[in-house]
Amino acid sequence: MTSPSPIAGVVAATATDPARRGVLRVLLRNPLALASLVVLVLVVVVSIAAPLLAPFGPNEVVPGLARQGPEAGHLLGGDGAGRDVLSRLLFAGRLTLIGTVVTLVVAVVVGVPAGMLAGYYGSWWDSVSSWGANIVIAIPGMVLLLAVIAAIGPQTIPVMAMFGILLSPGFFRLARTAVQNVRNELYVDAARVSGLSDARIIARHVFGVVRGPLIIQASFSAGAAVLVQTGLQFLGLGEQGTPSWGQMLSDAFTNIYAAPHLVFPPGITIAITVASLALVGNALRDSVNGRSAPSRARRVPPEAPADPTPDDTSLLVVRGMQIGYPAGNGVSVVVDDVGFSIAAGEVVGLVGESGSGKSQTAFSILGLLPPEASIRRGIVHFDGRDLLAASPTERARLRGSRIAYIPQEPMSNLDPSFTIGAQLTEPLRAVRGLSRSAARARALELLEEVGIADPARTFASYPHQISGGMAQRVLIAGAVSCDPALLIADEPTTALDVTVQAEILDLLRRLQEERGMAVLLVTHNFGVVADLCQRVVVMRTGRVVEEGDVTAVFADPREDYTKQLLSAIPNGTRLRAPVVPVSRRKTS
Amino acid sequence: MNTTEPLLRIEDLVVTYRASGRRAGNRVLDGISLQIGAGECVGLVGESGSGKSTLGRAVLGLAPVTAGSISFDGRRIDALGRRGRRALAADIQVVFQDPYTSLNPSMSVGDILAEPIRAAGLKRVHAASRVRELLEQVDLPADAESRFPRQFSGGQRQRIAIARALALEPRLIICDEPLSALDLSTQARVMDLLIGIQERTGVSYLFISHDLQVVREMCHRVAVMFRGRLVETGEADQVTASPEHPYTRQLMLAAPVADPVVQAERRRERSRLAQTVNPAA
Amino acid sequence: MLTYLVRRLLAGVVMVWVIATATFFLLNANGTNVARTLLGENATDEQIAAKLAELGLDRDIFTRYVDWLQHAIRGDLGSSWLTFQPVTDALLDRLPVTLSLAVAAVVVTGVVSVLLGVFAAYRGGWIDRAVQIVGIAGFAMPGVWLALILVLAFAITLGWFPATGYVPFARSADGWALALVLPVTAISVSSVASTAQQVRGAMIDTLSQDYVRTLRSRGLPERSIVLKHALRNAAPAGLTVLSLEFISLLGSTVVIERIFALPGIGSMVLDATVGGDSPQVIGVVVMMVLVVVVVNLAIDLLNGWLNPKVRVA
Repeated sequence: MTSPSPIAGVVAATATDPARRGVLRVLLRNPLALASLVVLVLVVVVSIAAPLLAPFGPNEVVPGLARQGPEAGHLLGGDGAGRDVLSRLLFAGRLTLIGTVVTLVVAVVVGVPAGMLAGYYGSWWDSVSSWGANIVIAIPGMVLLLAVIAAIGPQTIPVMAMFGILLSPGFFRLARTAVQNVRNELYVDAARVSGLSDARIIARHVFGVVRGPLIIQASFSAGAAVLVQTGLQFLGLGEQGTPSWGQMLSDAFTNIYAAPHLVFPPGITIAITVASLALVGNALRDSVNGRSAPSRARRVPPEAPADPTPDDTSLLVVRGMQIGYPAGNGVSVVVDDVGFSIAAGEVVGLVGESGSGKSQTAFSILGLLPPEASIRRGIVHFDGRDLLAASPTERARLRGSRIAYIPQEPMSNLDPSFTIGAQLTEPLRAVRGLSRSAARARALELLEEVGIADPARTFASYPHQISGGMAQRVLIAGAVSCDPALLIADEPTTALDVTVQAEILDLLRRLQEERGMAVLLVTHNFGVVADLCQRVVVMRTGRVVEEGDVTAVFADPREDYTKQLLSAIPNGTRLRAPVVPVSRRKTS
Repeated sequence: MNTTEPLLRIEDLVVTYRASGRRAGNRVLDGISLQIGAGECVGLVGESGSGKSTLGRAVLGLAPVTAGSISFDGRRIDALGRRGRRALAADIQVVFQDPYTSLNPSMSVGDILAEPIRAAGLKRVHAASRVRELLEQVDLPADAESRFPRQFSGGQRQRIAIARALALEPRLIICDEPLSALDLSTQARVMDLLIGIQERTGVSYLFISHDLQVVREMCHRVAVMFRGRLVETGEADQVTASPEHPYTRQLMLAAPVADPVVQAERRRERSRLAQTVNPAA
Repeated sequence: MLTYLVRRLLAGVVMVWVIATATFFLLNANGTNVARTLLGENATDEQIAAKLAELGLDRDIFTRYVDWLQHAIRGDLGSSWLTFQPVTDALLDRLPVTLSLAVAAVVVTGVVSVLLGVFAAYRGGWIDRAVQIVGIAGFAMPGVWLALILVLAFAITLGWFPATGYVPFARSADGWALALVLPVTAISVSSVASTAQQVRGAMIDTLSQDYVRTLRSRGLPERSIVLKHALRNAAPAGLTVLSLEFISLLGSTVVIERIFALPGIGSMVLDATVGGDSPQVIGVVVMMVLVVVVVNLAIDLLNGWLNPKVRVA
């Protein structure tokens, strides 16, 4: 378990499920999104009500107003032909809004059903429609729109319908991937086994997933539609006679020397409208996938615990450790007052269930906690040095040379873009300063040492070409490459099959004995502890419950929690009674 | 119900997945024969890639059957159309390994449980009372109905999944590693729940697992899979205590036990076995 | 790898053909109107018939299509209905202008957005927020308007750059570069905005991968972890966005070339559209799609090369 869970199972109550939260609710909660929404509504209302609001007609020429700056009665001045800019601005949104609606409707109607069908059923329809989408995507939109205008003339609705087709691949791909992802979810399998028809599965399980991303895509597409129309209108290819934002910009362009102020009213209006669309989309996107760069916890020196200088001379000494994660306005503490020691050459098991904080404790020793986590209290002494007082660079240097780490999932812990050899030699060269050839020789030696039959071939392989068990051997080779004094293994066998697990445990035992390194083995499996460890530390909800010699703790646990855990392990003493016929249909 | 005919009979089952490209298909299951009687729990043990989950999916109609047959209550079910398959929902159900992904995160527990009931054509009112019954059956509070899966722990979610499987009072439940994602103490409680339900209702289980000890306590009979074939089938006690096939023996000795003294002895025994035979080679 | 290349190449050829054919039929559906547009409303029926015969429009559309396709394969895209200049010659004359613009814009986009995206993803905090705000602003500002503002500020008021015109590179490299600064800035801003967002997202994803933590556990310097490992794994996503941005940049040249009076194929297609000169319009579409196909091919190859699963297979 690498994800931290707060103590006592308190799940953050504020974060309700985004998929369930209504789209409107999300927008209302985010002040920026709310403001954007207000702007958009305003633009629509003003455009519709323009005949009532505008002081002058859109094409009404006021004598003497041409190229005049703002003045009483004409707040935004007059344009090149002497028409009131404000009145034109109020009318100008109408054409663009119609075009935008047409674009969206066409893009959604063409893209979404096709994408959902392609994602759900796959096969030939998927190939054909994906191919079509790829073609449409490769067309420079503006140029094709010009071709359409050359053929049929500048008519907003058909031209923007064509733009809708050009945007439809975005909707198609979105719907397709969303549906493909859902289709492979176990809950869709469960629905199928529950006897739901395909139509019902799509309606209940698939559409709900697609809805959010579609609205996001629509808001950005609407922005694009506004911008493209502005371009066309600017080029004089919008509808003639009807005022439009692009036309006003074109007029500003013509009069750029004489009346530069004409550039601003239409430009700012367009920018604010499109920005509002984008902000609405962004707010929704953030609530759907919540992907934001983690903000770092400020590096505050942790408070020292009661006994700041332990007279313990073990290799590793942890005392009074408290780790917190930001939660709402406060801090959720996931590890509290944890302390233990590891002597040189000693193998210690750190055991507990999920949420016990065992992995967090291990990462805090490595200095590899996620950036948002903070060590709030405690000390970590390694080889007499205070690790929490060390700089990030010092800690990095220590990691590459004296403390090593073996992760849980072998496959996801190798960089897929580099060969095994490159990944093994890079630290040897960067940290230990070996030459290229020396690093290569050492890496091959290490691969052989961890029991890989054909080191040269594995050296040249990419991660996807080797098995999970082999990948774990490679990671172990990488960990021991620096001859560490302390090896921290986080559930090193959990992702593996039992027979492979046994081999990896054998390998770890052999390496530990040969090198005499200390090992901190984080695991949930008491069998693994019994197999490998000399001492065991039992953790529960962020605290140490019991600590002691493995033989003693397993034979005679002192704490109730340890007893309870040990008795929960199936030991094969209880067998099923023979089948007794039960008369059916009398459930519950 | 026919007394001599087992509830589920699988004969010479072959499942081949067509590999993308020009390579020959990948034979995931190769001539599997297995029977499950009414009220019986049959364990299916193997390592990843052995095909044990595929066997479960084939029974559920989620994996393509290339050859052989699957009969339920004397009736062939391996070549049913979508409609026939849907009708079978009342008889065969599933509990998956991962309680995090087997429940739709955006549906309330009540909706999740009502879904199969409504799909079977029951009225909303009846569905509502049935949902309450189901929650009681798996020891979840009645107010769970209006909450969402993410508000429950792993063990509780697995209870929800079990309740969904029970909704239509099936006669067979495929349990695909239902305990593997759970913590030790939760595991024991969910296991007790499954046994209790079986003893009360007489439902049959195909219990897929990689853990021989769990299977020993959970199942009446056990079948061991290795690379798409069954290598050993027999009474749970016999297969897990004195296995005949060397692979089963290797599997048994490979799992470390929570006793340093016994484990040291097992380790020695395993290295002896590894020197004499190597069935995996 | 070779079969991959051949497949991609074939797909590209098919794509050009499909789009060219669709455009041909779109623009040749009604021939009579063409003649009337070219000759004016007062032309007699005889004059129109003569014009149609002259342009070869009296034949049925499929004959014309086959004829056009046969020539097009050999690189002959017909002649302009207005100037009678061969379309291919006109395209080749003007292509350097548009390509200068588009390639420069793509280079600027690539460099700036990788810098911004990587920095925002790695640093987080206010830098990340600033990049996101710039992203919204860049997307929202119409390219036309931005161009006008740039002209107002840097050409008219400050006089640092020419407001209009193009200088071929062969004549003066300095002049060429000066002439391009404003137009390239004007069209790059929106693509920088969206590409930086994508790079940022891809970097956040890769930096949270397990292997990044493992690399850190090996004591590697942060610079190598971020710039070598994370960037390498985020690159395919960035490249894909960049290829899409290139397509939209090509489209934007139509507007930008008009504002800055650049004689590229964007302004050519605009003139042709206004004048009803179908062969020129089709020619520009074909040329642009060809360029897109070539660029996509290059990016596919680069992505294939970056992805060991494709390269090694």
